[in-house]
Amino acid sequence: MSELPSNLKANPLLSRWISIDGPAQVTVHSGKVELGQGATTGIAAIAAAELGLRFDQISIAAASTIDAPDEGITAGSYSIEQGGSAMRWAAAAVREIFAGAAARQLGAPAEEIEVADGLFRRRGRNETVSYWQLRDAIDLERSALDLPAPALRGGSVDHEGLQRPDLPQKLSGAAFIQDMTRPGMLYGRVLRPAHPRQRLESFDVAAVQAMPGVVAVVRDGEFAGVVAERDELAAKAVAVAARTAVWRTETLPADDGRNGWIDGVVPKSSTTFIADETAPGPIARRHAARYTRPYLAHASIGPSCAVAEWTDGRLKVWSHTQGIYPLKRQLARVFGLDASAVDVTHAHGSGCYGHNGADDVALDAALLARAVCAPVMCLWSRADELSWSPFGAAMRMQISAGLDPSGRIAEWSYDVWSPPHLARPGIGDGINLLAARSLQSPHASSADTDAARPQGGGDRNSVPLYTLGRRTLTHHLLHQGPLRSSAMRTLGGHGNIFAIESFMDELALLAGRDPVAFRLDHLDDQRGRAVIEAASAAASWDASDPGGEGRGRGIGFARYKNLAAYFACVATVEVSDKVRLLTVHAAIDAGEVIHRDGLINQVEGGIVQAASWTLKEAARWTPDGFAARSWADYPILSFSETPVIETIVLAPAGERPLGAGECAAGPVAAAIANAVAHALGVRVRDMPLTPDRIAAAIHALSEETT
Amino acid sequence: MDEANESAVALTVNGRAVSVTAGADTPLLAVLRQDLHLKGSRIGCSEGYCGACTVLLDGNPVQSCAMPLEAAAGRAVTTIEGVASTAAGEAVRQAFIAEQAAQCGYCTNGIIMTVTGLMSRQPATSRADIIAVLDERNLCRCGSHARVLRALDRAMATLAGGRA
Repeated sequence: MSELPSNLKANPLLSRWISIDGPAQVTVHSGKVELGQGATTGIAAIAAAELGLRFDQISIAAASTIDAPDEGITAGSYSIEQGGSAMRWAAAAVREIFAGAAARQLGAPAEEIEVADGLFRRRGRNETVSYWQLRDAIDLERSALDLPAPALRGGSVDHEGLQRPDLPQKLSGAAFIQDMTRPGMLYGRVLRPAHPRQRLESFDVAAVQAMPGVVAVVRDGEFAGVVAERDELAAKAVAVAARTAVWRTETLPADDGRNGWIDGVVPKSSTTFIADETAPGPIARRHAARYTRPYLAHASIGPSCAVAEWTDGRLKVWSHTQGIYPLKRQLARVFGLDASAVDVTHAHGSGCYGHNGADDVALDAALLARAVCAPVMCLWSRADELSWSPFGAAMRMQISAGLDPSGRIAEWSYDVWSPPHLARPGIGDGINLLAARSLQSPHASSADTDAARPQGGGDRNSVPLYTLGRRTLTHHLLHQGPLRSSAMRTLGGHGNIFAIESFMDELALLAGRDPVAFRLDHLDDQRGRAVIEAASAAASWDASDPGGEGRGRGIGFARYKNLAAYFACVATVEVSDKVRLLTVHAAIDAGEVIHRDGLINQVEGGIVQAASWTLKEAARWTPDGFAARSWADYPILSFSETPVIETIVLAPAGERPLGAGECAAGPVAAAIANAVAHALGVRVRDMPLTPDRIAAAIHALSEETT
Repeated sequence: MDEANESAVALTVNGRAVSVTAGADTPLLAVLRQDLHLKGSRIGCSEGYCGACTVLLDGNPVQSCAMPLEAAAGRAVTTIEGVASTAAGEAVRQAFIAEQAAQCGYCTNGIIMTVTGLMSRQPATSRADIIAVLDERNLCRCGSHARVLRALDRAMATLAGGRA
């Protein structure tokens, strides 16, 4: 790496990244936040390696707009790739500044200075001087732009044995934003409808006001909330508001479970972004299929939560947001403040898989705190968490292809329809905070947006790495649909890879080729081939296995975003009335490994979560509103349903780290679908692969054969 | 607050006798978190489903969000803050750390409490039965399931070794 990393270029002051604290501690100030994915552990391990420190000499500061670099959003599997590389460069620059001072102090040539455990010494000598002894004489208010490129040591400390430093505290007591307290803090809850197209007209304010512990009933336009002395009293009071509320309701299109509502809408745009000019070769056989993915809920175990505090017209917010700076700027706009009057500090929240309710509840808390002139913690209910956190977007994928006489793919046509996968605060010119649209002086949210290529949103991972002959690919961006959608782990990658890798198996069947061999026939990328070969070898893939009788195996492969980690996996299933996922053998190539167990943890978690999405989950609605208001309505994978997982990490020498947090989802979905097809001899193309759908597929097959 | 509905309730929490004045239907979880400042039991669904709030009541795992304070009167409550005081609790918690059996860690304390309660029984609950109870009482969204099962195995091995 010889070029200044972009996040450091944008935040070049070294003091923003690293502070040498006494007596033996160095603090890293990453702008990337801990979402439960372990990214800050990796970033701290990189800093330790560059600074010449043990991991236990590093502490990780909570990211805050008061003192952390602006690194945008923590998303897209970029934390190690971008945040890590910026931290590496900043840490190396700091080390070189200190090494220079150490050389002067020790009377040694700079090139003979070594550092370990925070102690500098001349090679072969015993006399040392530490970061902390040199600290007072060194000014880190220096710009990386003015310094020569530092020599990067590379690697990370103890990447084999490293443990997450945040877990012991989380596994003993207070650790999350929900556990915070501030002097005089009150508790807020907000009244939200149980229907996606409902607006508040009125509720019995006096009855709510009379509930025990209520300090204030807050109403601003169609936004309403309660502030009370205790959280459970606020929850009880808002339940009275809900019972007495009168709503204005618009009708929704019907939910048929297969995204049939898409038929009734005109896309905002249809963009054919690949249209190869090559003439098609001779086509011997053609095949087409349509796949769907439903809306999916983030469904974090902890409800969204924020703490807000107003002091002399300034707003301070604690939030589990993915983007402290975008949230700061959006809050300032809502309240008509200069951005300098708002600060946002990150606090750990429950697992975050994308744009959930974290930002929305921050505005809720700020509105309630302003009304009572006291710090307020606002907490969402489970029902609102499942209804009002933005959903992962529904998708429809249509593929048609032609095989040439030798059984190779000669023509490939792909269309994907999906509402926005990216409606975060800071995207577009509107205010993307839920309550903003409901205020007396409302703020419109951004018009329908999506992530741009090459990463893509609805079209993420819609371009296979395979050689496909003549290709035509079209992304139909829909307006916001029946449910509010935004970024959720992989964006369109889960649906697109499910469709592409399912279809590859369908074509392999048509061509009479083994699915693994068929993929390798069409794949030149060596790292891609390597993960497919490693996963299939680990699973003892048997090309002659006929499947059937309720047992099957399937493969799935992709390079996440076509830019990040390579991933392939083989799933085995047993299908009776329902699909039982038995094993997943996975192979990942994420380049240089920073924290081995952290990487494997992300892969294992990704496999389990993707299995849950693919087998069980769909966010639905009825004419009465949201179909899922409690966990009973939105089942997720249970412990007994967990497959046996084996992960092989390929770490080719000399390759830079590649984002790995999201790479498993699409390939796992496809591997399961392919294994089910192998077990049943019939394919289910609509997620989730529920018992009803399995039964329908078996029934259809028996109708066909009788 | 309506004083008439409040009364003092005596219970034991992590081995310490406490008396709490609150509405009798106040959830035990709210009392633990707000009155006793024991915040390791998490707020999850508040309807007795996800298990993030699991504590031990006289040694048995219960979901404290769905249990009124009065149901705990005169009984012994153990939270994650006190779990390490028993051999089983310490073995389970250490096993979860050794296996790094968490991602965000929000659900984990509830799982540790469920597993600890079941493993402390005589005779100890079987692995399959523990998993069946986890299925009914605890949810994890990050997908730490495979690690949780490894931590369970490690804790069972530790305790078996200790007893041998």
